[in-house]
Amino acid sequence: MRYLPHTEVEVRQMLERIGVKEIDELFSGIPESCRLSRPLNLPEAKSEAEVMAQLRALAGKNSKVFTWDSFLGGGAYHHFIPAVIDHLISRSEFYTAYTPYQPEISQGTLQAIFEFQTMICQLTGMDVANASMYDGASACAEAVLLAVRAAKKRRRVLLSRGLNPQYRETVATYCRYVDVELVEVPLVDGVTDMAALETLLDDQTAAVAVGYPNYLGRVEDLAKLADIAHAAGARLIAAVAEPLALGLFKSPGELGADVVVGEGQSFGLPLSYGGPGVGFFAVRKQDMRVLPGRLVGETVDLDGKRGFVLTLATREQHIRREKATSNICSNQGLNTLIVGIYLALHGKQGLKRLAEINYSKAAYAREQIAALEGFEIAHSGECFNEFVVLCPEPVAELKTRLETLEILPGIALGRDYPELERGLLVCVTEQNSREQIDRLVAALAGGEA
Amino acid sequence: MDFPEELKYTEEHEWVMIEDDVITVGITDFAQDQLGDVVFVELPEEGDELEAGKSFGVVESVKAVSDVYAPVSGEVVEVNDELPDEPELLNNSPYEDGWMIRIKVADTSDLDGLMDAEAYQEFIEKE
Amino acid sequence: MSGTEGRGLVLDEKLLFEQSQPGRVGYSLTGLDVPEAQPDSRLVRKEITDFPELSEIDVVRHYTRLSTWNYGVDSGFYPLGSCTMKYNPKVNEVAARLPGFADIHPQTPEALNQGALELMYNLQQDLAEISGFPAVTLQPAAGAQGEFVGILMIRAWHEANGRKPTKVIIPDTAHGTNPASAALCGYDVVTVASDGLLSKDAVAAVMDNDVAALMVTNPNTLGLFESDIREICDLVHERGGLVYADGANLNALMGISRPGDLGIDVMHFNLHKTFSTPHGGGGPGSGPVGVAEKLIPFMPKPIVIKDEEGYKLDYERPESIGRVKSFYGHFSIMVRAYTYILAMGGEGLRRATEMAVLNANYVRARLEGEYDLPYKQRSLHEVVFSEAALANDCHTLDVAKRLIDYGYHPPTIYFPLVVRGALMIEPTESESMQILDEFCDALLAIAEEAKTAPEKLRMAPVRAKVRRLDEATAARKPKLRWEREDA
Repeated sequence: MRYLPHTEVEVRQMLERIGVKEIDELFSGIPESCRLSRPLNLPEAKSEAEVMAQLRALAGKNSKVFTWDSFLGGGAYHHFIPAVIDHLISRSEFYTAYTPYQPEISQGTLQAIFEFQTMICQLTGMDVANASMYDGASACAEAVLLAVRAAKKRRRVLLSRGLNPQYRETVATYCRYVDVELVEVPLVDGVTDMAALETLLDDQTAAVAVGYPNYLGRVEDLAKLADIAHAAGARLIAAVAEPLALGLFKSPGELGADVVVGEGQSFGLPLSYGGPGVGFFAVRKQDMRVLPGRLVGETVDLDGKRGFVLTLATREQHIRREKATSNICSNQGLNTLIVGIYLALHGKQGLKRLAEINYSKAAYAREQIAALEGFEIAHSGECFNEFVVLCPEPVAELKTRLETLEILPGIALGRDYPELERGLLVCVTEQNSREQIDRLVAALAGGEA
Repeated sequence: MDFPEELKYTEEHEWVMIEDDVITVGITDFAQDQLGDVVFVELPEEGDELEAGKSFGVVESVKAVSDVYAPVSGEVVEVNDELPDEPELLNNSPYEDGWMIRIKVADTSDLDGLMDAEAYQEFIEKE
Repeated sequence: MSGTEGRGLVLDEKLLFEQSQPGRVGYSLTGLDVPEAQPDSRLVRKEITDFPELSEIDVVRHYTRLSTWNYGVDSGFYPLGSCTMKYNPKVNEVAARLPGFADIHPQTPEALNQGALELMYNLQQDLAEISGFPAVTLQPAAGAQGEFVGILMIRAWHEANGRKPTKVIIPDTAHGTNPASAALCGYDVVTVASDGLLSKDAVAAVMDNDVAALMVTNPNTLGLFESDIREICDLVHERGGLVYADGANLNALMGISRPGDLGIDVMHFNLHKTFSTPHGGGGPGSGPVGVAEKLIPFMPKPIVIKDEEGYKLDYERPESIGRVKSFYGHFSIMVRAYTYILAMGGEGLRRATEMAVLNANYVRARLEGEYDLPYKQRSLHEVVFSEAALANDCHTLDVAKRLIDYGYHPPTIYFPLVVRGALMIEPTESESMQILDEFCDALLAIAEEAKTAPEKLRMAPVRAKVRRLDEATAARKPKLRWEREDA
């Protein structure tokens, strides 16, 4: 076997040194009654060529966003990935290392995370960001737990209906056996209903969580939401599923959010059927010590030279065990590296311009679709690169019709938003050419005939 | 290691200085040595009511966390404000600058169970 | 590679922000082919203060240089106990990057992604066969999330049966994630002492009807197989509890013993340990969970099923605990693990386990006597020494740091907590006898240095990018992001 270096002679020598005759004796600590008495029922080992042939066959059965015209978003976004990224993350010093437990030989990972934390702070307008969480949904759930922990006795959390439905489901799962009451805040014109929010807030409310932009693509008025939440003594959690929007729109920190979480997939990660992504998590200084997850900090070595270490570890499970701020014991290491490289490449100007391009493309598509007979844009206010179209025909039928043209027109909203049964969530990024948008519009119109 | 004669000690490795019905509390030289470099201290607020045996604060080193327990019931009358900014005082001066809080004792008979310096030294040798 | 002689070139590198030059760019964007549109200016942010401005070569050099300060499995021997730092086959990486896997959008209709779903289904089946559980969910993002999912299912099962137990029993050798995950499900944690092995009697002593579950790692973090496991499972079941297994050490059991056959009700896998997917500097991993028949209704949704029409994502699971993350799990990690299983085959996986156990026992045989071995039972894939035999008050930390000078990644240190100054060595099956000999020679040389020149240990490492770092100052005055000095 190519991955196992042992020769038969070496195995003999090693057994002799150990003082046993057969490999089986090494397993004498396992009682006979606990042994598997047959071989594993799995196929035989394959050569690399055979493995790749089999996998290529499986990969060939999937529709790809590059060969079809895709307008799918909804928490996973199709953006261009610069060649530099895969080249750099393929350096095995990065991807075959583990958690930087030994800082002296992990300065590469540690400095990269420190830079990631800094860029997340800059982007979100917050003071402190951690070394990442699993994804946006679980980061959002951890944000809710943080808010409840920090607010001590308050046990109520309000979730905007505009928050990504998968994030809301994840929050519900995380809170299933924690003493927290989750209450949904309704929407009006695709954004959180402020009047309803004011009624639902009380002195037991620890936090309000909203999407920015929200699941329907709408840019929420965070400043106003923050004022309302703060007036009741609650924290405002902003969950950012499409962080490219922060290249253009005001940062949640500037608008008064207390906790900013989100998904970093847009910044250079392949779609990979939805995972792995990378969750980011940023707070104000006051919440630094109740943060979940890892943190990298700057310090000096014995010679006074700058270096980086994992720090404030007493919050974490390996020290505080059942009293830890979270059970998480990793971060999305390599994916934070991707985000770091992506943001470093795009920088101050590139991120802004790319966000403007996304905004303009979506605005164009929105206008073209709005002009079609029978189609309607569901909401009137500001969007980023996603918006809701109300279709004249059942969405499932429309989708099937367009799929025969190799177009993935968007996400049917009926399952998550029954009130938008005719709703189609359309996402347009820099990857969609005008030609593609025009083709989509023409195909949609074809449904009228 | 130093264990001043004039102080009393608890099994949770705190020292207590008694002045009538007000006591000063900190952690012992032994406790700070076991923890290593103290990096963070969390204390109650003035006016908080403490219950004997319940945790009133937290002391953290780089790789350990330790609760600090109230030796008696009573009201917190003073808190060492220097500690949050200079947690290393607990290492450098556990009995002087590193004091943590002063408590107005509700029932002075709570103080009867405390160890003297000799008894405490015997206690830590056994531990 | 052993020995402390040798030269290397270690270059300094500023932070991205310190290299930034106004107006420099590293991107190329396609020109806009639709009319320019602008949002309401009141919503638009000002420029992002101090965000980097760099060229492509700046970025490439920066990260390349950073990488040279790291140590990975490809750099050399990485015996980090409990983390199973085995070789990460390169074909796994090629497979995960196939456009048919990397470029599929999770919201695509299932009928258009039959290949991806088939792969997930096959992986579910393969993991089920390896572990002996009838069903497996691939959704959890990592081992700790797998634990959380496992305990959530246990609690959901109890509640569905009208039971409200409040406690979870965890041995003192367990990973810290175990109690943290139990607490997240609202359970009180009862720690049970083990003397190397968890005994029936120790479990019986704390077992009552108020126990929801026992969490056990098997083999445990000392590398010892819990030989009473069947009887312990029976004991817990008799009082209405369930048994959770932490599968971190499954690399010791493939083809030898299946946790699902032993009475265990739920177990998480770590694809990044046992199934060769790279650790990525801390993640992403993947933590699938196998369950016994009675827990199947409670599995997270969706799971992949197969019927006459093909492969599907099943959301119709009314008793499910719900979801713990977006979409379906860490798909690209699943591709890597599946690639590994295909390459190894059933026989190969068993052989991997045998060689992992052989390697750990060889290291043990070579070091026992010079290093103190607190638990002498027959160990499997890892071996735990203590600092007790070190001369001149040298500690485990010193040995670890000195190993860096010898060119090795140190083992796991100070874990498990039951061993004072633990040095936990897990060689994995990837290493040859020569590598192990050189490593053992280094450790023996260090033990000798402790006797004759202890300052070499205390001042180590001297050959790394930085010397020992001041962790106390880092924690006292946390500096968690870069900020402009003059700001």
